[in-house]
Amino acid sequence: MAKFRIAVHITPRKGLLDPQGNAVRDALHTLGFTAVKGVHVGRYIIVETDAYDALTAEDTVTEMCAKLLANPVTEDFEIESAVPA
Amino acid sequence: MKFGIVTFPGSNCDYDAYQAVTDILGEEATYLWHKDHDLQGSDVIILPGGFSYGDYLRAGAIARFSPIMREVAAHAKAGGPVLGICNGFQIACEAGLLPGALMRNSHLQFVSAEVRVRIENSDTMFTNLYDRGEILRIPVAHGDGRYVAPPDVLEELEAEGRVVFRYVDANGNITAYANPNGSERNIAGIISEGGNVLGLMPHPERACSPLLGSSDGVRLFESILARVAA
Repeated sequence: MAKFRIAVHITPRKGLLDPQGNAVRDALHTLGFTAVKGVHVGRYIIVETDAYDALTAEDTVTEMCAKLLANPVTEDFEIESAVPA
Repeated sequence: MKFGIVTFPGSNCDYDAYQAVTDILGEEATYLWHKDHDLQGSDVIILPGGFSYGDYLRAGAIARFSPIMREVAAHAKAGGPVLGICNGFQIACEAGLLPGALMRNSHLQFVSAEVRVRIENSDTMFTNLYDRGEILRIPVAHGDGRYVAPPDVLEELEAEGRVVFRYVDANGNITAYANPNGSERNIAGIISEGGNVLGLMPHPERACSPLLGSSDGVRLFESILARVAA
């Protein structure tokens, strides 16, 4: 077993109303960043885990996302490649 | 009849539910600690409002894994009544007892107010003492109450009469203004396919006495009594 560190990005499902993202977008417009077309606010989670190898760690974290870290009804997730911790 | 009221760390409407059941309904109630594995012979389970586990990750996401939820899920699967109020609704959705999810209010503000909800289906074990189309005044208090579900699920809920409560204005119209959180189709409460799990964002247990401003929630509890005792 080795130690790995995997970052997970969780964002609101595309097409669903994202009031937080819209509020931040509007604030950016107010600040003069008028070119901003969209902002999406999500979560960034870092999982540190023991695993046999990097691929196993990634598979396990994908399962964690499906079961707990993300809500399959409202959120999308992407995991980054596992890096040795 | 015995009501089991689950207390999670962060629950804050468990006492209100207890009062409604014991003082108003005159029935037996017991608190069920989230770490328990036993429903103590409860006939009806109430998942109360509050902020279980501080709403960490998502509202209801962690509470769903409390030991007692395994028993609650088994009780629901066997057809036992489960009433999820506010955070309890969020937990029921996260646990898969009800479809869909509750997201951040569209206006991003916590809403604490009395709202109007219309009875969309009076043929359920939770609403049989109301009339269809009747408008109730019941308080809401939540930051994450915007009901969402995939379009096909919404259609299924509508077709099967499983949208039980909807936010409406004083005239009973479904308007955006009457919708306190941006819920799809003004949905305030839904019922499971089996008809034994109800989730709603408004707090019927806080509308059980004229002293509280409304008694419109009483019949929800009486309905359970009427149906389950029958």
